[in-house]
Amino acid sequence: MRPLRKILDNLKPKFINGGSLEKYYPIYDVIENLFYSSDKRTFGSVHIRDSIDLQKVMVVVWMATFPAMFYGMYNLGFQSLSAFEQLGTINKDDWHFIFIDLLCNYDPKSIFDCIWFGACYFIPIYLVTFLVGIAWEVVFAIVRGHEINEGAFVTTVLFALCCPPDAPLWQVALGISFGIVVAKEIFGGTGKNFLNPALAGRAFLYFAYPVHWSGDSVWVAVDGYSSPTILGIGAQEGLEGIQMQYSWLDSFFGNIPGSIGETSTLFILLGLVVLLYTRVASWRIIAGVLLGTLLTSLLFNLIGSDTNPMFSLPFHWHLVIGGFAFGLTFMAVEPVSGSHTNLGRWYYGFLIGIMVVLIRVVNPAYPEGMMLAILFANLFAPLIDHFVQERNIKQRLRTSE
Amino acid sequence: MIEAYLSIFIKAVFIENIAINFFLGMCTFLAISKKIQPAIGLGIAVIVVLGLAVPINNLIYNFFLKADALFPGSDLHFVGLICYIGIIAALVQILEMFLDKFLPTLYNALGVFLPLITVNCAILGGVLFSIERNLLFTESVVYGLGAGTGWALAIVALAGITERLKYADIPEGLQGLGITFITVGLMCFGFLSFGGISL
Repeated sequence: MRPLRKILDNLKPKFINGGSLEKYYPIYDVIENLFYSSDKRTFGSVHIRDSIDLQKVMVVVWMATFPAMFYGMYNLGFQSLSAFEQLGTINKDDWHFIFIDLLCNYDPKSIFDCIWFGACYFIPIYLVTFLVGIAWEVVFAIVRGHEINEGAFVTTVLFALCCPPDAPLWQVALGISFGIVVAKEIFGGTGKNFLNPALAGRAFLYFAYPVHWSGDSVWVAVDGYSSPTILGIGAQEGLEGIQMQYSWLDSFFGNIPGSIGETSTLFILLGLVVLLYTRVASWRIIAGVLLGTLLTSLLFNLIGSDTNPMFSLPFHWHLVIGGFAFGLTFMAVEPVSGSHTNLGRWYYGFLIGIMVVLIRVVNPAYPEGMMLAILFANLFAPLIDHFVQERNIKQRLRTSE
Repeated sequence: MIEAYLSIFIKAVFIENIAINFFLGMCTFLAISKKIQPAIGLGIAVIVVLGLAVPINNLIYNFFLKADALFPGSDLHFVGLICYIGIIAALVQILEMFLDKFLPTLYNALGVFLPLITVNCAILGGVLFSIERNLLFTESVVYGLGAGTGWALAIVALAGITERLKYADIPEGLQGLGITFITVGLMCFGFLSFGGISL
């Protein structure tokens, strides 16, 4: 590593104050931080010193998505190759197959074939998201003079994981641009946004190009093969319809069609354990969401409905279908756009829980509710914080009297 | 019966939110959303005025302006707009005097907002919607309150976000109204979650 350090040290004077490339310091900074820990330290009389910083937090979240990501690639391959087997033909009328043909024997029983197939779809999406997202981050860092933040790593990986596999890459680029620029950078970058940037980009595409981002035929990368998500089936035929095709365990382990990262509740839970253990995620928000979902789904079960089969969907099914687990683990607990006070986090989570069931059950336009529920709760997070703070102030005034 | 009213109310608050979905009452919506406390005051004022103006104008329309309402062959609906505006203005004046005399605390809390929302298009919009949809008198009471609550909810949420944004680092050209417009646009994403619900 010493030669690298030497190169960096030699380059540094050009980038710091008065150097010829001073404007581009953020690029130097991010490359240096990639290999070495930052030399910036807290100064002044702070009381607590800890080695955790934003970079480490973000990298933990990024790594926590890996189980879901790799399983997602496998599952995408498995679902698609099974569909090929069922159809009997393989329509290779697509540029992805240039790469797939290199190593893939189209055998759904072979784990390697499945992962390779999935990777050929996921990696281009992730690459586009990553490059476009980081490019915007760099442009804004240079123009506005802030640091390049690892937050963009997390935003891009989360965004890529909630894409359907067949998404056109130019739309992916457009979506992440919207998420990073409009939902984050114009507010001043990481830590200053009020909406989750990955979700805002996803929602933007969802409303702008509904054909490619929702519906029955986008979840498996096979032309002309329609495979609705469990929520899609549920909205039409209810629990019986779902159980005819999938068992609860299928859904828990992730043997279902869906966005790349959202299918396996089990592998997402692995990520959640990491996030909870490192205390990056707030357990209060998670508890709030679960409580809200439980109460609302019980309420709908009690009310019942003759025309809408989703009313009777029980709580434990809500947990394993659609983007619930993924949104709960990686989106709802995002510390910036959520509530900042501990009591507020309960209410914030509770609001998400109510909204997700409400949208899934009563809104026929959107079978999936997690994305919109979190965006809706994001809007009210500052307000919840405000009232919690007011309450705290009043309480302390009373005790001090 | 109660279900029908509930559905009108929920529809007016969430699904057809008068600020987020119709962008009515924008001038006050954008101007008074810097702080949460005034936003709450304004929100309550809008609820009160809409709750009164919508049913009263509904009565005026049904008993005077509608075709054949005054006498067979009469049709005064062409003076509708001017009539509604006059009634809203008069109503707010009377309400203000009434509050000043009998409920001075509320009067002080509402302060300048009460006369301000006389000219608010959200009020006229609410009135026109209720007439266009042929609501009955009781329904129009519920609709007025619901539309007001929806508007109040939106402005209070916006004020909360704007208060948090004081820590944000917004480019010079976007500060103030520019970023507020973008914020409202992003808020619409959240409210779109109610988009397809039919009650």
